[in-house]
Amino acid sequence: MQTELDHRELDIRQLGKSFGAFTALKNIDLSVNKGEFVCLLGPSGCGKTTLLRMIAGLERCEQGQILQAGRDITRASPAQRDYGIVFQSYALFPNLNIRDNIAYGLKGRQEDRQRRVDELLELIGLPGLDRKYPAQISGGQQQRVALARALATSPSLLLLDEPLSALDAQVREHLRFEIKSLQQRLNVTTIMVTHDQEEALTMADRIVVMNHGVIEQIGTPEQIYHQPASRFVANFVGHCNWLSATASGTRSVTLGQADLLTAPEQNLRAGEPCELYIRPEDIELLPSWDPESHTALGKLLHRELIGSIYRLRVAVAQWGGVELQIVATHREMANLRIDDGQLIPVRIPPGRLRSFGSGARV
Amino acid sequence: MMQAAQQRPRSEIFAWGLAGLCVLVLAMMLIGPLVAILSQAFIDPASGQWGWQSMAASLAAPGMLQSTLNSVQLALVTTLIVLPLAYLYAAALCRTAMPGKGLMRMLALLPLLAPSLLPGIALVYLFGNQGILKSWFPDGSIYGFWGIVIAQVFYTFPHALMILLTALRVADARLYEAATVLGAGKIRQWLTVTLPSVRYGLLSAAVVVFTLVVIDFGAAKVIGGQFNVLALEAYKQVIGQQNFSRGAVIGVLLLIPALLSFVLDHLAQRKQQAMLGARAQPLVVQRQPLRDGLALLFCTLVSGALLSILAMAVAAAFIKLWPYQMQFSLNHFNFDDVDGGGWGAFYNSLLMSLGTAVFGTLLVFVGAWLTEKVAAAQPWRQALHLLAMLPMAVPGLVLGLGYVFFFNHPSNPLHGVYGTQAILVLCSIAHFYTTAHLTAVTALKQLDREFEAVAASLKVPFWLTAWRVTLPVCLPAVLDIARYFFVGTMTTVSAVVFIYTPDTMLASVSVLNMDDAGDTAAAAAMASLIVASSALACAIFAVLSWLLQRKSQRWRD
Repeated sequence: MQTELDHRELDIRQLGKSFGAFTALKNIDLSVNKGEFVCLLGPSGCGKTTLLRMIAGLERCEQGQILQAGRDITRASPAQRDYGIVFQSYALFPNLNIRDNIAYGLKGRQEDRQRRVDELLELIGLPGLDRKYPAQISGGQQQRVALARALATSPSLLLLDEPLSALDAQVREHLRFEIKSLQQRLNVTTIMVTHDQEEALTMADRIVVMNHGVIEQIGTPEQIYHQPASRFVANFVGHCNWLSATASGTRSVTLGQADLLTAPEQNLRAGEPCELYIRPEDIELLPSWDPESHTALGKLLHRELIGSIYRLRVAVAQWGGVELQIVATHREMANLRIDDGQLIPVRIPPGRLRSFGSGARV
Repeated sequence: MMQAAQQRPRSEIFAWGLAGLCVLVLAMMLIGPLVAILSQAFIDPASGQWGWQSMAASLAAPGMLQSTLNSVQLALVTTLIVLPLAYLYAAALCRTAMPGKGLMRMLALLPLLAPSLLPGIALVYLFGNQGILKSWFPDGSIYGFWGIVIAQVFYTFPHALMILLTALRVADARLYEAATVLGAGKIRQWLTVTLPSVRYGLLSAAVVVFTLVVIDFGAAKVIGGQFNVLALEAYKQVIGQQNFSRGAVIGVLLLIPALLSFVLDHLAQRKQQAMLGARAQPLVVQRQPLRDGLALLFCTLVSGALLSILAMAVAAAFIKLWPYQMQFSLNHFNFDDVDGGGWGAFYNSLLMSLGTAVFGTLLVFVGAWLTEKVAAAQPWRQALHLLAMLPMAVPGLVLGLGYVFFFNHPSNPLHGVYGTQAILVLCSIAHFYTTAHLTAVTALKQLDREFEAVAASLKVPFWLTAWRVTLPVCLPAVLDIARYFFVGTMTTVSAVVFIYTPDTMLASVSVLNMDDAGDTAAAAAMASLIVASSALACAIFAVLSWLLQRKSQRWRD
């Protein structure tokens, strides 16, 4: 027990918060290990920013407890906690140059502070910009300066509030990688708020998916994507096809005129209606007709070029007229040579269909 | 392993206390005097009971009804004259490509630098019994209704202009483009696009002008002759007859239009802000020689008229004996030779204005900063904001009278400040608080909301962040507030006319007294001196701001 607590940076227990009649957070339990990169992911209004601000001491805690490295900080003021923070707006002080911005929280002798700032400028790859003012550098550079300022005092916890959302797509992708590698080099525990699933999937060690003030799921990016714990998570992270079927056994369903095998342990009850989902990339398009129970003929309704892939909409009469979203690579499309309105064999591999049970979760 | 809940740092308790102190000071400066004047108006002096008797008796007094009607008539006529003039002037500045816009704007705002008595004095020299243009108003007809109207037009014009400039400045070019594409003519465009967008500005300007006229007594005092108005009645009752309860009743009456205009203006402003979407395109005005020429002609005529009134007062100050000895002379500046306080009054005014600028700016900025930016002081935010908006709804005359009742009350522990410079400074700060507060809040709101959060995470105390970041970034606004306090205090008469003493005589009041004693030329000289020092102060502040922009505000580009 003791050893487990030793590598805990943050322990959040039964945290709750409401603004008037609106419940912003309910029963939040979350532990973050030292050196871990955790993403709080969810749509706007899900409470992720409120949770971050409570960890930072910027919002008052009403219920529950927050412990940082074993110390109860539930009611501590921001200055009594140990963290650095980067906001969406960066909040760089406009009248101070880059050097003074980074040095803002540093104490001690002049030479020590100078050295530390130089070190940080080197770290973020912006030496030579130290005499410029925030308004004179680019958004990506401002973002890195804000990061350096937050890291200057070597806090044991780094909080990032949508740090990339104000940037252009290209800069964003580049900085994603930079922040992640910087975090790994410094081994600083990091909690980042984002509404961008791609950001969360690429950067996080663990993702916390939130909705309506509660945690829907906590897991590694792979777990979140491949084993979503709820319909909300499945929909929010990645795309899903939803199929209304009737269970015919514990792991088989009837969809239209076809009998399909689902993934094991879906807790289906024969005769009851159920809802199943499958990711677009799990559905196969076949170049030639191959009669078997998991194959049917679909009609291509529409296709979109998304860049590296195509996204297709296909209606399958045999499966009760369901419309499926399917993705295909350029190579696949070249092999298939199909046009809108044409028929194409479609296959749902056995074991790829999943459900969240036929009960209340549907 | 776990620790008990940490104590709040001492600095946060201090911030909370300091914000509370600001609220307390403001409450003392406003609520105390207002309650005092209300109780004076509603408490029967004989029985000491609350009731309507004293009110009813005052209202029934002879002349009250007439002066009320006079006030309303005067305000209506002035509003009807000022509104179209100010609208056309603002439209010429915002919606035409005429040359010299900056100069025209400056000239139109010049009356703000003058005490409200100045136009009256100038009119005496222009159209009075010995005026150069007395044939325009034969038989001394300038002394009365039309004299007051002209003086009020001069005095209220810049106020209306500023509101209409703001209203006209927010224009969405897309609406005009759409209207043109749809084939709407100029008149239809004005009715369907321009008018809806400025109607709240027009309403706001109308109520402000109306109220300013109703609550001003200076113009009627100087050029009104036998034409009595409500505000002047209050002045006469208190100063002339020492009838304080009658004065209080009229003061309460004057509160009514001021309160109404405050509410209307507040509603109008809210609507006005909602007018302009975030995606509006700024309107770019094309050159049109005929229209621009007419606009320039119009603006030249209006600003020429304003300027000639101002110039007349200044000229009168330097002419030996109007209209008999028209030589240049500085004799009228020997204020010590006439009654009215002498040069001492002028120095007092400078001192008081400086005091108001320094302490007013300090109070306004600290109060606004704490309640806007420091979490620990948040509980005071609503209270401070409400108090800060109150002065807008209280005429200076009423506030000043309230100060007499409140601070002169023998049981008030603050009785000691009565009769000192301090009470004049307090009253002036209170009188001009609203605009100063709004300026500070606007500037503070433009700062990133997270500065304080970042500083707290870096363990830098909030007051250090205020010193290193908030104050430097807001410095232009701070200078603006100080200038506003200085000029306002320099020119005001109504707020201080009841609370000065012979030891704390002020320049603006001495204009009134010298004119009253028949030393009109000396009054003109003192009024000119006030204009000159206000203008000088504006120039100094402009230079300061310019230097600031060049040096410490380098980062702005």
